[in-house]
Amino acid sequence: MSSRADRTAEHVLDAGERVRFERLVLPHLDAAFNLARWLLRDRTEAEDAAQESMLRAFRFFRGYQGGDARAWLLQIVRNTCYTRLQKHGPDDSATEFDEELHPQADVTPEALAIAGDDRDRLMRALESLPARFREILVLREFEECSYKEIAAITELPIGTVMSSLARAREKLKRSLVAADGPKTRLEGGRS
Amino acid sequence: MSCERTSSVLHAYFDGELDAAGAAEFERHLGSCPDCPGALAAQAALRSSLKASNLGERAPETLRRKLAAEIKEPIPRAATPSSNTTLWRSLALAASFLLVVVIGWRQLGGPNGSHDDATLFASIVDAHLRSLQPGHLIDVVSTDQHTVKPWFDGKIDFAPPVRDLAASGFPLEGGRLDAISGRTVAVVVYARRKHVINVFVWPTTKKDAAPTSGSRLGYNWVEWRKDGMESIAVSDVSASDLGELWQLLTK
Repeated sequence: MSSRADRTAEHVLDAGERVRFERLVLPHLDAAFNLARWLLRDRTEAEDAAQESMLRAFRFFRGYQGGDARAWLLQIVRNTCYTRLQKHGPDDSATEFDEELHPQADVTPEALAIAGDDRDRLMRALESLPARFREILVLREFEECSYKEIAAITELPIGTVMSSLARAREKLKRSLVAADGPKTRLEGGRS
Repeated sequence: MSCERTSSVLHAYFDGELDAAGAAEFERHLGSCPDCPGALAAQAALRSSLKASNLGERAPETLRRKLAAEIKEPIPRAATPSSNTTLWRSLALAASFLLVVVIGWRQLGGPNGSHDDATLFASIVDAHLRSLQPGHLIDVVSTDQHTVKPWFDGKIDFAPPVRDLAASGFPLEGGRLDAISGRTVAVVVYARRKHVINVFVWPTTKKDAAPTSGSRLGYNWVEWRKDGMESIAVSDVSASDLGELWQLLTK
């Protein structure tokens, strides 16, 4: 927050802008917290990150050009979370399980429905995915973002959003029905 | 699985992201492909598990209150500006606070508004927050307006409008009774995406009024009067979503 760029870009908002911020951005706090919770896999950290992101959004509200306020905020949340993840140790996507090298039998809808009924198992399965797959699933399935919104938040082309979502769902399916259940990878000993 | 579409187009179809021609083409393909129908069913099973799990989480109330308070205060700054700048900034901030007060006052009705209005909206937002506590939201759980409407009949002497707006993106969740400033009010609960909208309704003798809106603690509200009923919709969804709901409820 103290870099030179920050200092030149931030301004004191006038009253009208504060009211506008309260109407446009603040109502998306739940989405901000939820994305942070799944990216960081820790509620306390997520609360900090959501707060930091919201205050950052507030400081840089002048830079918001209109358009989708939720996407604008979630982009900030995402950057904040990735910065935190990097500080906390190795990138968890480096150890990702490559399903192409480990072909498995197809997962039937019935097997999925049974495994999916177990909330804890589903949570562990989702948490076991690499960050970029967790975020795309959370944005699509919990926040109900369109591909266009996801593309804006993650700064990926729409085609990549589609293929990443396909891979993320495939991974989640397999993790969910894996015989011994999903294993959560812990980052730096945090749960 | 050998059909290459299971890893791309199928997902766009499943997410409603294909245009009409693309969707029709994929549906023709579904009729003949040995892989895609099963893959589609698996996606549907996965989605319904995710929906039913309620794993999406809401921000803690403490965080919401903290932020609402914080953006009303001067933000502490990491950089230390010179004292001259500080003085000017304080003056600018003081001026902006005055503006906030004036705008807030106008939003509540200006010279014709009253202290009662401010208290009313504060109570409504409090009631909304209370309703979000586990077990407080709904007394009659139903997505059917023909169940929710009669439920109110036996309990209050007015009939709040209850509509099933699922097709317009505001599914009916149910209803409950609540008390606002010592008066019993009907609350009709709708959902928007996964967010809760409480619509508080009670009879009024005042004439119809166009909607006014405002926000408090990060929650938006829209108030209107129609056909002898006073209604206030409150939620954390955007003001434009609430405006849309107003249109649907009053047309």
